[in-house]
Amino acid sequence: MSGALGHSATLFALTGAALVGIGLYGFVARTHLLRRVLAFNVIGSGVFLFFGATGFRRPDLGADPAPQALIITGIIVALSLTALALALITRYAALSGRSSLEDEAPDDEAPDAGDERGGG
Amino acid sequence: MTPALVFDGLLALLAVAAAMAAIGGRDLFGSVAFFIVYGLLIAIAWVRLDAIDVALAEAAIGAGLTGILLISALARVERTASSGESGEGGRLAKIAAALLCAGVAGALAWAALALDPQGAGLTPLISEALPQAGVGNPVTAVLLNFRAYDTLLESIVLLFALVAVWSLADDGNWGGLPGLRQHARSDGVLATFGRLLPPFGLVVAVYLVWAGSENPGGAFQGGTVLAAIWLLVAMAGITELPRVSSLPLRAALVFGPAFFLAVGAIGALAGTFLGLAPAAAKAIILAVEAGLTLSIAATLALLVAGSPQRTQG
Amino acid sequence: MTPIDLYTLAMIAAGAFFFFAGTLGLLRFPDLHSRLHALTKADNLGLGLIVLGLLPRMGDVATMLKMLLVWVLVVGAAATVAQLIARIALPGHLRSRPKDDGR
Repeated sequence: MSGALGHSATLFALTGAALVGIGLYGFVARTHLLRRVLAFNVIGSGVFLFFGATGFRRPDLGADPAPQALIITGIIVALSLTALALALITRYAALSGRSSLEDEAPDDEAPDAGDERGGG
Repeated sequence: MTPALVFDGLLALLAVAAAMAAIGGRDLFGSVAFFIVYGLLIAIAWVRLDAIDVALAEAAIGAGLTGILLISALARVERTASSGESGEGGRLAKIAAALLCAGVAGALAWAALALDPQGAGLTPLISEALPQAGVGNPVTAVLLNFRAYDTLLESIVLLFALVAVWSLADDGNWGGLPGLRQHARSDGVLATFGRLLPPFGLVVAVYLVWAGSENPGGAFQGGTVLAAIWLLVAMAGITELPRVSSLPLRAALVFGPAFFLAVGAIGALAGTFLGLAPAAAKAIILAVEAGLTLSIAATLALLVAGSPQRTQG
Repeated sequence: MTPIDLYTLAMIAAGAFFFFAGTLGLLRFPDLHSRLHALTKADNLGLGLIVLGLLPRMGDVATMLKMLLVWVLVVGAAATVAQLIARIALPGHLRSRPKDDGR
């Protein structure tokens, strides 16, 4: 398992960076609240991967245990946040009948929404 | 190009593609499915990075539990809300957002490449202190001895999240039964599976906690397995999850963090808060982990079940 | 290359072939039930062959038993889930999803 892992750690660090970018885009550009929670989780795991991979720079020493422990803590905290966010969204949707926070001026009715998005 | 590097490159490409499909897809259910696949691919990446503890946590919690939470939230939101992804900005706004996000990713990539390639991090310090930690798995040593603060606070964060989720219930349902009624046939295949799996699951969970002191595993991974078993049994209609006002349930939820806190306080009397004497460290860590496993399992299962929805079974 | 290496290679190649065939079925078969059929049959067999191929390399019996347990658990879970999905997809049970975006 060793040997080539020195390079692979860099590869996974770059992957983590790319995942942070992808997740951030979903969080900013998409509006459905559930998709934003999903994007938040992609950002989170991208940060974890980045963090964990940069803790593996010396194949002779192996993976640094400190980032691993912090990442496990982070995964649990991300799950706590996700569960709370989803409960809030479910409640918001039940009370308001909506699934995003944007001003939906032109399209309170779903059929119109399809036409609106068709162009953009 | 070694075969290992080719494999890792393919894995990274697949993970990025799955993330893009989850973010960019039009059908939300499909996006959640891609997100779960993405989580499993990331778990394999953790195996490749020799971080088996993280791989277990990512597969069980990052992909599994988060996926279940998203699917059940999606079903509830679809029932009550109009679902158009309305108000998304025009093409220009999206391009600007994409450029900015690419900039963030680029800055991170630059930071990764700028790191000292010979940097050893905390590994030497941890290897040096490991003989006094009481456990052989360095990750468990960091989680429950060197950085026990983090783990204690994290178990309390988990508990607070559950209290916050519960507090979103209607007044009339407060203290009632969590989640929706399950409709499963008592002679169906799910009920059979729900009777078959728990013995295996209990053994696996206990093994994960026990092995976690020397090998990958630990309270969080074992607790997740227990939570999954409990949820399966509840979904199969074999038992019902308890009322959120149930005293035994609340005791189980609080026991782990409270015991951890008590251990910390005893340490404070002896000198350091959460400090463990090397001779007793192993026994104390295993006891704390056993308590945490129970509380984590109960908390995770009830987090997935959601806020109280009804008062009658 | 020892005989054990050859055996492992052959078994893993056969397992990978079944995974490939199952995935092909998932992508190409026309309806849900035949896709499920392709997926569960091929994947369970594929995983089984890979586990069998890796068994002689494990060194100790405990690890072998763990690998077999993984296979048994996957087969059980896959069979159960396939049954559940198949039953929901039966005519009359099917709540058809709107085909368009964002739903």
